[in-house]
Amino acid sequence: MWFIANLNNSSLTSCYKDVEIVFKSILINLSLVYLCAVVDTSNISSDPEYFTNLIEKAAVEALTKATIFLPPDVKNALRNAYENEVSESSKAQLKAILTNLEVAEKLRKPICQDTGLIIFYVKVGYEFPAIRVIEKALVNAVKKATVKIPLRPNTVNPITGKNPGNNIGRYVPFIHWEFVEGDSLEFTVVPKGGGSEAVSILEFPPPGEGLRAVKKVVIDAVLKAGAKPCPPTIVGIGIGGGADIAAILAKKAAALRPLGTENPDPNIAKLERELYEAINDLEIGAMGLGGKFTVLGVHIEYAHRHPATYPIAIAFQCWAARRASALIKSNGTYKVYQ
Amino acid sequence: MPTYHLKTPISEDEVRKLRVGDIIYVTGIIVTARDAAHRRMLNYIKEGKSLPIDLKGGVIYHCGPVVRKTNEIWEVIAAGPTTSARMELYEAEIIKNLGVRIIIGKGGMGSKTAEACKYYGAIYTVFTGGAGALAANAIKKVRKVEWLDLGIPEALWIFEVENFGPLLVTIDTTGRNLIAEVIERAKAKREEVLKKLGIT
Repeated sequence: MWFIANLNNSSLTSCYKDVEIVFKSILINLSLVYLCAVVDTSNISSDPEYFTNLIEKAAVEALTKATIFLPPDVKNALRNAYENEVSESSKAQLKAILTNLEVAEKLRKPICQDTGLIIFYVKVGYEFPAIRVIEKALVNAVKKATVKIPLRPNTVNPITGKNPGNNIGRYVPFIHWEFVEGDSLEFTVVPKGGGSEAVSILEFPPPGEGLRAVKKVVIDAVLKAGAKPCPPTIVGIGIGGGADIAAILAKKAAALRPLGTENPDPNIAKLERELYEAINDLEIGAMGLGGKFTVLGVHIEYAHRHPATYPIAIAFQCWAARRASALIKSNGTYKVYQ
Repeated sequence: MPTYHLKTPISEDEVRKLRVGDIIYVTGIIVTARDAAHRRMLNYIKEGKSLPIDLKGGVIYHCGPVVRKTNEIWEVIAAGPTTSARMELYEAEIIKNLGVRIIIGKGGMGSKTAEACKYYGAIYTVFTGGAGALAANAIKKVRKVEWLDLGIPEALWIFEVENFGPLLVTIDTTGRNLIAEVIERAKAKREEVLKKLGIT
């Protein structure tokens, strides 16, 4: 189930206090053995700082990785596009993209100056010992990463036009919550660029048109987007639910699903392949200069819909499809991966 | 593709020789400006106020960089182009009033800008979108920053650059607009593509 709000988890966390206390005691006992010293453990066991620091550290590392390195599936897709492109100007753009990736990795600099609006997709185990501190730790991580990497300050108040300068703002970083079995915390951070976001589409065709409407809406959205979202892009399509659900599904399809994967439903997977071919037949090409690769992938997700509505949301992910994940276990170990 | 190396300030004659498909590299000064800076520039023009930098023969770069300030010195970390379409509202007036010769951005611009380029002698060029680390490498120094009150992405960053490029000319002074042509061709294929998808 999805929770699309920044929830207050204090009531949930209290249920797991005992687990946290036991866990902290083990850690402290271990350090006592090592140090051969006597420490009063009564205060530390109720201190949520340990997990706050751990989550914050992992989130800064994930954000750093996401900003500087592209995931292997995206890199491979870009290399494949470069190798198979025949249009001279489009190929030159793909070459520059690949060189840029090398420069970014070598100099440890962000791939793109638009380091995005930061979104976290969180999967937290019901038994994770420190649910209460997750939100605070993720927000702090964004502040720290903004200075450390650095990131471009991108949060602007839409009413006053003011930019606080730290990538924090009302509902930002946005946190999508999902509760799962287990005692681990796993999250993916997506620094989502604005150029590809600005061409997103939400349509409500007559439900009777069904998948025919989906095809039309997708082709028209790609034509309207043109060169603006930094093609070759990943097109995410969310069908059904309501306006909000379709938009979330579309963005998850574009930004989270690795390239080379298909929807598990064979009919939808077929539609993904058909749309991939159809969009590339338009020959918009890298950066709109004409060429074979307008999209690197087309990903579709759906939810059941109301009989009276057929929401279709289209999200675009620029070629710089940045994401990185962290897995934090309740024993205090963690890994950051792409 | 023919390649040219230009130094700022750039003359009208120099840009009138360039054509769609040419590659250029710029050395000298380039000035970043996004939506907010364009709006303020137009207000200054309207009110007869002088701008903090003379853009005659100059280069405007649609870019909001990642920068870091250490010991009062600004360092450019990443500085690729932003989507130029947003500046379509303002660019023709800027070209007309300020004598700008080269616009750098990504994603293409519309017919108003293309007409201004033709009439007043300017070109629109693209740097690879998203190639922020690559662009930063060609920026040697931040000479100055103005209008920082607009926020880091929106301020006027005055960069000293060396062989900034490759920049592909997509709008020239003959009225050609390469990206608009590609999109028009794609639109012409719409029916054929939909038919292939089983929609007649």
